[in-house]
Amino acid sequence: MYKKKECVAMLLAGGQGSRLYTLTERVAKPAVPFGGKYRIIDFPLSNCVHSGIDTVGVLTQYQPLVLNEYIGNGQPWDLDRNYGGVMVLPPYQGKKGGDWYRGTANAIYQNLQFIRRYDPDYVLILSGDHIYNMDYSEMLEAHKQKGADATIAVIEVPLEEASRFGIMNTDEELRIVEFEEKPPQPKSNKASMGIYIFNTDVLTRYLIRDEADENSAKDFGKNIIPAMLEDGLKMYAYPFRGYWKDVGTLDSFWEANMDLLGDRPVFDLYSGKKIFSRTEARPPQIIGASAVLSDSLITEGCEIHGEVEHSVLFGDVRIEPGAVVRDSILMGNISVEAGAVIEYAIIDSDCTVGAKATVGKARRDGGKLTVIGAETEISPKQTVPDGVMVAAGSAEYKKEA
Amino acid sequence: MNAAGIIFSNLHGRHIPELTRMRTMASVPFACRYRLIDFALSNMVNSGITNISVITHNNYRSLMDHIGSGKDWDMARRSGGIKLLPPYITANGNPMANALYSSRLEALKSISQSISELKEDYVVLSDCDVICNIDLADVLRDHVAHNADMTMVVKRLPVITAEEKSRVIVEADSNGRILDCEVRPQPGLREQNVGLNIWVITRTYLQSVVQDSIAHGYTSFTHDIVAKNATRRNFRVYRFDGPYGDMSSLAGYFKESMALLNNHASWDALFNVEQRPVLTHVRNSPPTKYAASARVRNCMIADGCRIEGKVENCIIFRGVRVSPNAVVKNSILFEDAYIGADADLNCVIADKSVVIRERVRLSGHPSLPFYIDKSTML
Repeated sequence: MYKKKECVAMLLAGGQGSRLYTLTERVAKPAVPFGGKYRIIDFPLSNCVHSGIDTVGVLTQYQPLVLNEYIGNGQPWDLDRNYGGVMVLPPYQGKKGGDWYRGTANAIYQNLQFIRRYDPDYVLILSGDHIYNMDYSEMLEAHKQKGADATIAVIEVPLEEASRFGIMNTDEELRIVEFEEKPPQPKSNKASMGIYIFNTDVLTRYLIRDEADENSAKDFGKNIIPAMLEDGLKMYAYPFRGYWKDVGTLDSFWEANMDLLGDRPVFDLYSGKKIFSRTEARPPQIIGASAVLSDSLITEGCEIHGEVEHSVLFGDVRIEPGAVVRDSILMGNISVEAGAVIEYAIIDSDCTVGAKATVGKARRDGGKLTVIGAETEISPKQTVPDGVMVAAGSAEYKKEA
Repeated sequence: MNAAGIIFSNLHGRHIPELTRMRTMASVPFACRYRLIDFALSNMVNSGITNISVITHNNYRSLMDHIGSGKDWDMARRSGGIKLLPPYITANGNPMANALYSSRLEALKSISQSISELKEDYVVLSDCDVICNIDLADVLRDHVAHNADMTMVVKRLPVITAEEKSRVIVEADSNGRILDCEVRPQPGLREQNVGLNIWVITRTYLQSVVQDSIAHGYTSFTHDIVAKNATRRNFRVYRFDGPYGDMSSLAGYFKESMALLNNHASWDALFNVEQRPVLTHVRNSPPTKYAASARVRNCMIADGCRIEGKVENCIIFRGVRVSPNAVVKNSILFEDAYIGADADLNCVIADKSVVIRERVRLSGHPSLPFYIDKSTML
């Protein structure tokens, strides 16, 4: 039987995330592991569930294999529903041919049929590369109260950083009067979070119109929002006060992980709504008699006999006696053998750091972030200098002569 | 696998009255994030059994909560999956009207209807308190290869303490054929075949055993079925050599838990077996957070904990908080326990959601651990 949904979410998860380099060599950015047991996409997905949105289309394109498997039938997020639920939407061939997604607007355009099936009044557009805890239903409430055509979530950023973002200039009623993409001289510090709510009919109209425009980049920020503003639609900013971080670069990815640490973390996984994730059954963590732990997040399946300080450890990480891990992120299934030292590094999953090997240089001594791609083996006593990035699948890392 | 599974969820509850006052033996928490039944369930699921019945007795709310739809064991199936069978009080199941079963055979009699409807050729029976990781498919292969009526899983163990007196000792010939079995044997140092309370039975034979037992009013599986028919039927032993734990008192529970903490080989043989993970109900807790002030040595810790104090030789379940300057040693803290600042605990078993206030000092002894009941505030 036909049932209507008030709001359907469309999660843009097709981007490559090229500035995460080796971390997105084999997986799409939303599938990059985060925070000890999550993947980035868990945050928007969990937010949807906690906001009462039970129909989510996930638009995939780049390296979708891991992401598809991860989302599966949506059961970990309670999104395995008879009607609605989470659905992966890759590009497809239709009667009139098919095409890759050419820009964010085109991706939604190609899936208008999906949206129509649920006949929603509103469409929520999300992106899969932000870490935050947000109740979209409050934003939807604001959208309805204002009688808006479109509402864009914004967050206040330091004015000196505002030129890195899409900036919304608003009047006192928060109605958007101007939108500037990365303005050199920002007039406001209200940065777009890439979260939009549109009335479905308005969105449909503009997507169809934009699709017909051959010169359009088919992008929400560059084309759809400016066109709507030009036509004088009622567009409002919805200010969000809380933690929100774009994890699009290695540095911001590292920082966002570290934001979970400390006695009063900048972003506390223990306050607010629970983030759901697909987890494997792993035994509890073992903290050995020689372990020294400080200011760290550690997950099931880990076995710690060495020293771990100010770090985030995913499942199945083994730290042998005498090894030291500091200011680092170690993704799943990593062996750090006896006496190895890892400083200020991101190590992707399935790696081995050999005995007495050294990776990176202490952050307090001015070291630069070191990144080791997945399935890499660092030989014993080997040194990986700071700032180096080792590509995924380097069977054995050897320093170039 | 052409076998169905049946798990007895409540037979040994009286052994640990403290932990089973509010729950079944099957749902007694164990090893940070598990319930005892997880081992029996995982053994069956990992061996390819997809039709599992759990016979309940009483106090099974926590068990229902734990198993849910069975999806955490990949057992949310259209046909088969995990079924909870609440107790029937029937005339043919129990001669004493309005009484629940008290033995394994009576439990089987009480679900005779379900047993008569089984389609699989073989049935695996397992108690809920079998802490081991065993390949049941191999037991079944052995059972089929010898065309057996019943195969009992045994382990070579000396029966040395009074605690173990309720164990079943099986006498078998050199070909593995059972000759006799006895309960409450005399303690001795000699290694004997100790029954692990896991059996494979040919389905048609099980069905006839149940019908026969109803007709004759048999009550004991070991006496009336195994011992009585040993020379007439093809009963066999299957020797299991991996680590195995069960417990018959709170001190035994404490000892069994602590043994895991101090023996990494048995830990690996239980939890880190290729293709045979121990599955359990997922709670979606965040990773455990160790503060800068945390001092943790020789512990097993689940996710979702916040550790700010000193913790040594402990088993810590999900969602536990240990405040700064608190000292917890040689203790087992169940889910969501809260330990206040400057508290000092030694040899304590704190049940779910216990709150220990600031500066409280408590100590038990390994032979008599100090037990704190569920949701107590001290």
